[in-house]
Amino acid sequence: MARVVVDVMLKPEILDPQGQAVANALPRLGVNDVASVRIGRRVEIDFAGDADLERAREIADKLLANPVIEDYEIRVVEAA
Amino acid sequence: MSKIGVVTFPGSLDDGDAARAARISGAEVVRLWHADPDLHGVDAVVLPGGFSYGDYLRCGAIARFAPVMETIADAARGGMPVMGICNGFQILCEAHLLPGALTRNQHLHFRNRDQWLRMENSSTAWTNHFTEGQEILVPVKNGEGCYVADRRTLDELEANGQIVARYIRGNPNGSTRDIAAIRNEAGNVLGIMPHPEHAVEALTGPSLDGLGFFSSVLKHLADAKAAA
Repeated sequence: MARVVVDVMLKPEILDPQGQAVANALPRLGVNDVASVRIGRRVEIDFAGDADLERAREIADKLLANPVIEDYEIRVVEAA
Repeated sequence: MSKIGVVTFPGSLDDGDAARAARISGAEVVRLWHADPDLHGVDAVVLPGGFSYGDYLRCGAIARFAPVMETIADAARGGMPVMGICNGFQILCEAHLLPGALTRNQHLHFRNRDQWLRMENSSTAWTNHFTEGQEILVPVKNGEGCYVADRRTLDELEANGQIVARYIRGNPNGSTRDIAAIRNEAGNVLGIMPHPEHAVEALTGPSLDGLGFFSSVLKHLADAKAAA
């Protein structure tokens, strides 16, 4: 099996209230040196045969990321 | 009698109320099913609120690929009136039938309350019943209703009169430029975050203002038939 990982993140200019809420909670843990937190989504796609980056990119473009608000990065990872 | 189709996706909540609102307004209602691509001869379509496919991935992202949506997208591009309410608005954005996207409410809280809107554009299939500047009261209930788009898109929406309604007396979700509803360029596709279908009867709604959306589309369809 071959795995492709897609990391989906909100674009920098899109407000991430979830990340902000986490950042605002950090001082309660005694952490005071974090400037910002942003939260994204990691998607692991396991191909039955060889890793197909083009296919994975198509999946990411059409479904995994919304290009209006999100960017993604894509890479093949070694099977565990 | 004009036929209004109301789609049910797995996880739709407001399909029953949308059908009821259409019926009260004088339409013949046809219930459409997400897995059936046939529109069964309807003249207009409502995509109701709810949590289609559990809102997994992003709200509306999976509903966009439902068999019925492929047919609706083609019909919408051909001029059929389509109104997406709440989750339906999210689906229309995901399907690229409307620009922009709907994101998590800025304060992260689900908001459920009666909301005043100012109607800003009556040149759509769904809003011709209203006058521009008219204030209406309808329920709003969403967790991901914050409309976003890049500045150029927002400026185009403003310039083309595509912002159909704005929140007034308080923005419930942080939506950019207080946007509550937008239309496509042609005016047949409307996306609205608040719920007109919940404001059609005195017993359960804060007003009867929601009826205007349904009577608008019936008038639009009748005018189109008379002209044909």
